[in-house]
Amino acid sequence: MSSYPLLSLAVWIPVAAGFAVLATGADRNAALARRIALAGAALGFLVTLPLYAGFDTARSGMQFEEIHAWIPHFNARYHLGVDGISLLFVILNSLVTVFVILAGWKAVENQVAQYNAAFLIMSGLMNGIFVALDGLLFYVFFEASLIPLYLIVGVWGGPRRVYAAIKFFLYTLSGSLLFLVAILYLFARSGSFAILEWHLLPLALHEQVWLFIAFLVAFAVKVPMFPLHTWLPDAHVEAPTGGSVVLAAIALKLGAYGFVRFSLPITPDAAHELAWLMIALSLIAVVYIGFVALAQTDMKKLVAYSSISHMGFVTLGFFMMSALAIEGALVQMISHGFVSAAMFLSIGVLYDRMHSRQIADYGGVAHTMPKFAALFMLFAMANAGLPATSGFVGEFMVILAAVQFNFWVAFAAASTLILGAAYTLWMYKRVIFGAVANDAVRALADLSGREYLILGLLALCVLGMGLYPQAFTEVMHVSVNDLLQHIALKKY
Amino acid sequence: MKTETLSLIAALAPLVGALIAGLFCRVVPRWLAAGVTIAGVAVSFLASLCVFLDVLKGAEHFFNGPVYTWMTSGAYTFSVGFLIDTLTATMMLVVTFVSLMVHIYTIGYMRDDPGYNRFFCYISLFTFSMLMLVMANNFMQLFFGWEAVGLVSYLLIGFWYTRPTAIHANLKAFLVNRVGDFGFLLGIGLVLAHFGSLDYATVFQKAPELAHATINLWGASEWSLMTVVCVCLFIGAMGKSAQVPLHVWLPDSMEGPTPISALIHAATMVTAGIFMVARMSPLFELSATALSLVMTIGAITALFMGFLGIVQNDIKRVVAYSTLSQLGYMTVALGASAYSVAIFHLMTHAFFKALLFLAAGSVIIGMRHDQDMRRMGGLKKYMPWTWATCLIGSLALIGTPFFSGFYSKDSIIEAVALSNIPGSGFAYFAVLAGIFVTAFYSFRLYFLVFHGEERFGGRKTEDRGRGAEEHHGLSPGQKPHESPWVVVVPLIVLAIPSILSGFVIEPLLYGSFFEGVIHVDTEAHGVMAALRHHFSGALGMSLHAFMTWPFWLALSGVGLAWAFYLKRPDIPAAIRRRFSFLYTLLDNKYYFDSVNEAVFAGGARLLGRGLWRGVDVAVIDSLAVGGMARVVAWGATFLRRFQTGYVHHYAFTMIIGLAVFLGLWVSFPLLFGMGAQEWWWRWIYAR
Repeated sequence: MSSYPLLSLAVWIPVAAGFAVLATGADRNAALARRIALAGAALGFLVTLPLYAGFDTARSGMQFEEIHAWIPHFNARYHLGVDGISLLFVILNSLVTVFVILAGWKAVENQVAQYNAAFLIMSGLMNGIFVALDGLLFYVFFEASLIPLYLIVGVWGGPRRVYAAIKFFLYTLSGSLLFLVAILYLFARSGSFAILEWHLLPLALHEQVWLFIAFLVAFAVKVPMFPLHTWLPDAHVEAPTGGSVVLAAIALKLGAYGFVRFSLPITPDAAHELAWLMIALSLIAVVYIGFVALAQTDMKKLVAYSSISHMGFVTLGFFMMSALAIEGALVQMISHGFVSAAMFLSIGVLYDRMHSRQIADYGGVAHTMPKFAALFMLFAMANAGLPATSGFVGEFMVILAAVQFNFWVAFAAASTLILGAAYTLWMYKRVIFGAVANDAVRALADLSGREYLILGLLALCVLGMGLYPQAFTEVMHVSVNDLLQHIALKKY
Repeated sequence: MKTETLSLIAALAPLVGALIAGLFCRVVPRWLAAGVTIAGVAVSFLASLCVFLDVLKGAEHFFNGPVYTWMTSGAYTFSVGFLIDTLTATMMLVVTFVSLMVHIYTIGYMRDDPGYNRFFCYISLFTFSMLMLVMANNFMQLFFGWEAVGLVSYLLIGFWYTRPTAIHANLKAFLVNRVGDFGFLLGIGLVLAHFGSLDYATVFQKAPELAHATINLWGASEWSLMTVVCVCLFIGAMGKSAQVPLHVWLPDSMEGPTPISALIHAATMVTAGIFMVARMSPLFELSATALSLVMTIGAITALFMGFLGIVQNDIKRVVAYSTLSQLGYMTVALGASAYSVAIFHLMTHAFFKALLFLAAGSVIIGMRHDQDMRRMGGLKKYMPWTWATCLIGSLALIGTPFFSGFYSKDSIIEAVALSNIPGSGFAYFAVLAGIFVTAFYSFRLYFLVFHGEERFGGRKTEDRGRGAEEHHGLSPGQKPHESPWVVVVPLIVLAIPSILSGFVIEPLLYGSFFEGVIHVDTEAHGVMAALRHHFSGALGMSLHAFMTWPFWLALSGVGLAWAFYLKRPDIPAAIRRRFSFLYTLLDNKYYFDSVNEAVFAGGARLLGRGLWRGVDVAVIDSLAVGGMARVVAWGATFLRRFQTGYVHHYAFTMIIGLAVFLGLWVSFPLLFGMGAQEWWWRWIYAR
């Protein structure tokens, strides 16, 4: 194993870079701020690569662990580590940060340093969430990462940004208060904040149920699950492009990650007891939200709803509790990271030019932006779950697992094949195809080199994952197996 | 070379062509885009030919193995792999041959189109996808190919993306196909759940053990596993192979350029469902219920879609409905357990239907992109090659003895006659009546286009409908011309197998060609054995035909078309007036489109809007979230009243509070027989 503290680097490099960017100060140094931000993001991404290269896929348990004393009085430690479940999210998050910094290169012109710093700091904190193995540390990262996102929506957002930011903040904060209660209870019961010890802590069923519900509220808001989802479309619509990208690609994953790191292993019996509820809510997300997405007239809202629907597959997969289902859910999370990022970036490309997200303002974009139309087609198809794109893999796995679980669950889940295609391609048709709708569309310029680079790289990610998902699933096998064995045992 | 290497070359060569033409479509010159894709498909054709000759040598030359491991998860391994046997090799040969012809034809057909390079990219990509579909050795890759051909079909139907009709048609095609795929994927899921693998070989081997397995789907009723699996898989086939009621996308797909109508929507992609069911014969053989369903759906499609061909005036749409009807014939054959006959008809149909479509395309070029048959007539004189090849195609289609279509179609009819599964009586009637209908609409087209008075050249500016620039038609005095050689040569090359390919009937159906590939339970479904018993050689079959019903039905169809459209053109008009109800029904395609549009498309949009406005916005956001905010605000307003700032108010409140608590403290033992603290703890522990 590498002797460098790679995980600490992955967390603190972006944060440090963020403060360096802040130090450049006012907007007259914007060019410098952007360059430092890009360098910091790129470095942050590069240090995560040895994690993948050095990850031992045959070993169970945590790898690259770092343990230091933090608050001895509460037995809280600075304990970092990754397993096959969290590893890929660290890399994904660090990669997406690079795209986000690049995407804001031209679009953001005021308070450039603060904007880029917010993203870098948030990126580091989110890496912290994925690698923290201490409950208190996790909570600190979890809460702290809210602040930059709140600022991004509230400062660089659209006209109703304040409403959206507050709605987002209150939703997530009220969820995480219950989470705080839960971890304090666990501390009281175990005398420690070590998450891995909590996994082994025997708990009575009613204790587990209460803890499970507390976790559920906290994570369900983040995922988001029906009926706690209505903050997301508002936040997306008002957020700047980069904010939407991080929100969809990473922030939603935090909730889902919480389910696998906390709910399933700490309260396995409650999870079994309440699996029906989780599955029902997930299916509502898939079907109900699919219909709601169909009715949207705002592109960002449409993709936001489609995100909720896709995240329904994640929670569905987790709570069917088979290897195929859980790995499918994890794959779906990664894929959704690529695809939703690409979709929001594509909408951002249009928004930067037309300053409108309304589908009705577009039509015939293929005439003036053929390169963009081709890439957007790929992402739309990935969003609709076409084989050979990443969007297919997770849905395929979860649906196959669902047939084994219960035919009608699979039946409801598979409806996404029709609904997902309907809302995505109908939007594509109205925006990209057809005759040129108006003079503004006629005047559109095709992708710039920078935009082409970002979307092209994402296209490679989407196709690569679709053609060779083994590269992603093989790191998960051991950890998922361990998790399954663990949750099969009764805790009381 | 090894079969494995050859098949890899066959599959990847078109992909390479597509990538070069597609990724650099704005850079590479036209000749290069056309050249590289044609070269790719030509290489693929030659490789397929070698593979075919290889597998002819016997089962020991078959290949079944993985190319690479796509993914592992849990106990399952999903691979990309090839199964090369006679069925695959036949399909490869048909696909690459027709594709090659279509590629060459495209040089001429798309000559003036700005999307020339893009078009070549798409059709090569299609060829690759279709090959991946037929070469798959497992369900996962089958689904890959299945969806990939759907994607390319979507892209090609919407190729002229400025036309509202085209982009409506391609969305419709994709969504209707997705309805089929929905069933298909559930079928695949059931296969994995109950067979533990997606590999064909493993699944087929295990199938007999599970022949009587049941699954519990609803309440206490037990369903035969095989029936549920086969019905789910067949729903997929209904989407791709356009069987009623999922046929609605195929006629609209004619919005795409004609070469792809020939390649995708006639010869290859739409037959994927037929191929799939034939491939799955070891499963379908185990469910008589599924076979009955297959046969009934096929029979309905074969007959009722044929009727619609009669009232169409767009030359391509006539051929499209004819394709639907012929797909119905193939499906009927599948239902009768005559899988090899279905594949035989698939093959002959690929040749003559591609020929008919390309001939129709040639007519369209000659007519300067006017597709309305009412403005054609007498083209025989101007387009002799097109005329001759179109006649050959039509004769093959209606099942004229000695032509390829005769052998395959007559075998289907015989097979249905011999079948005794439920539904075979209706199916026999449908396929017989279908003969007459096919002959009638085919020769209606033929007479309207190539014979009779010349009705072209009268096109006025104002009836230029949609997409005026593409559909300009002939101006007064202008005459149609024969198409260039790149268009005519593929017609001639396709005409040859349209005549001759029927003569392979003996080895294909009655030899050992499909032995070990297509599985038939001869005890239960002895149709093929009975057919073999009756068979008296290819020539004998044709000679015998003159004494059978189908021949005379076809002849009377042709005769009626001649009488109606050459001799007495006033009769059809009179019939139309007389039976206006029937005509309206046919003209509206049995109202399938209207119902789908209103109920499914409209209903889904309405439901979406209702759920969004009614539940998300009204209940969750306004009532729950907004309500909570209002409760907080109201509570705060209420509590604020107590914060008056006057000390005596606070003192008074404190006194009241103290009094209440003291009162409770004192009265508690009197009321409950225990102290307040004790009561509280008991309450806690009772939880």
